[in-house]
Amino acid sequence: MTRGVPALALEDVTCRFAARDGGASYVAVANTTLTVGAGEFVSVVGPTGCGKSTLLNVAAGLLAPSSGRVSVFGEALQPEQGVNRRAGYMFQADALMPWRTGIENVVAGLEFRGVPRAAARAQGETWLRRVGLAGFGDRYPHQMSGGMRKRLALAQTLILSPDILLMDEPFSALDIQTRQLMENELLALWAEDRKSVLFITHDLEEAISLSDRVVVLAAGPGTHPIGDFRIDLPRPRDVSEIRMTPAFLALHKEIWGAMKEEVLKAYASQKAA
Amino acid sequence: MRLRSLQILIFALLIAGWYLLTAPDLIPAFYFEQDNRAAFFFGEPQKVFWVIVAWFATGEIFSHLGVTLLETVLGFVIGSVFGLGVGLWLALSRTASAVTEPYIKGFNSMPRVVLAPIFAVWFGLGIWSKVALGVTLVFFVVFFNVYQGVREVSPTLIANARMLGASQRQLLRAIYLPSAMSWVFASLHNAVGLAFVGAVVGEYLGSSQGVGYLILQAEGTFDINTVFAGIVVLTVFALVLDAIVGAVEVRLMTWQPRTSETEKV
Repeated sequence: MTRGVPALALEDVTCRFAARDGGASYVAVANTTLTVGAGEFVSVVGPTGCGKSTLLNVAAGLLAPSSGRVSVFGEALQPEQGVNRRAGYMFQADALMPWRTGIENVVAGLEFRGVPRAAARAQGETWLRRVGLAGFGDRYPHQMSGGMRKRLALAQTLILSPDILLMDEPFSALDIQTRQLMENELLALWAEDRKSVLFITHDLEEAISLSDRVVVLAAGPGTHPIGDFRIDLPRPRDVSEIRMTPAFLALHKEIWGAMKEEVLKAYASQKAA
Repeated sequence: MRLRSLQILIFALLIAGWYLLTAPDLIPAFYFEQDNRAAFFFGEPQKVFWVIVAWFATGEIFSHLGVTLLETVLGFVIGSVFGLGVGLWLALSRTASAVTEPYIKGFNSMPRVVLAPIFAVWFGLGIWSKVALGVTLVFFVVFFNVYQGVREVSPTLIANARMLGASQRQLLRAIYLPSAMSWVFASLHNAVGLAFVGAVVGEYLGSSQGVGYLILQAEGTFDINTVFAGIVVLTVFALVLDAIVGAVEVRLMTWQPRTSETEKV
């Protein structure tokens, strides 16, 4: 990125995991350099099991890399000193607190920051409305559908207004219709105040339709970026319509060409294992 | 409804069988040599019933029942609180749990009822020796449940709370404690039963009050009917306690899905 200091920069990051039974250690991520500019929406695609989530955990400060540097708006991130305070993280798995109602889940972050109860509640209601859950605040997560839970998680993350949004295949568990709905909603919310987004997915179509830039990762172990594609499709976009445009198809073809080999490689190694 | 009538039928059959087999002179003795031997060993249902009625009519039972229930509740509450506290502590501190592991295992495998005489020496024959026995029984049930529960909190849930800015303290309050509470409630039915066992066994071994004491007295005079009456009263109140725990659980655990629940949008 040329626009000033990048929001998030991973420099030469390597993650090595010690093997459990004293065997050879497993290198999940090798020598990866990745930047996300301020206000940029970057997607990372790669075959399943290639270490995409590891990369995101490093960016979140939940995991210390074996070597390499992570900086957030120019400042080095030290996982020993806590997580990445400027980032919000939307997990792939359900991360809502089952013992809290919808609204209590949404305001959890404000509560941790010591925002007074009444103010937090008012903000929470606003966010419930923005994600289309007005009136569902007193339901428990188990009383909601998968799509509603994802919206709730989105509100829970966005209410803190993080400068960086980390998303780990957030919509992968949803059916295709709900998913496109959520993608459009995400784009609309993002367009309001242009956070920097690092979006992990294994779905190339999702990556292209949402992003400014798509980074392709190699098959694991020791994954690293093998391609970086600028997506210059016009915004605002409608994710279900944009998939039909010739420009989209051309990009899809180009990126898939780079990805295909890695996907096959990953498949072959998983089959062998 | 059918189920309920079948349940009542079984009860009636049991009582009728008991009556038939024990009433002297009703049917010729076929096992014992004398007609009244069966009644001597097994009691008679109608006499058991009248003993219970007399207890409640004269009010004699209330002070004993009160003592037994007080011991049960105290043993239960103290044991649960300790179990919750120690369970949380050991689950969150790897070092502490590694150091104390053999001791925990040892205390748990020990048949703790044998501690009753020691407690009687330490705490006297009043209620506290019974409470102590109840506490040792309840503690381990709750402790193991909480320990396991906290260890198995979803890592995603913890990571999410950390990303939302939770400090260690807030993590404990917002994640570990509620998660542990759900496990505590899973063990409460068991725990109440054990607190009751602690109280009654303690009384039986040495006391001057309580339902266990009534049973002990009656046994000393070979008054089998009174022994059975004591057992019936204990059973009924154990069921009542269990129902109370069930009601509290339903109220506090509204967030947990129940299998019959289909409400969804």
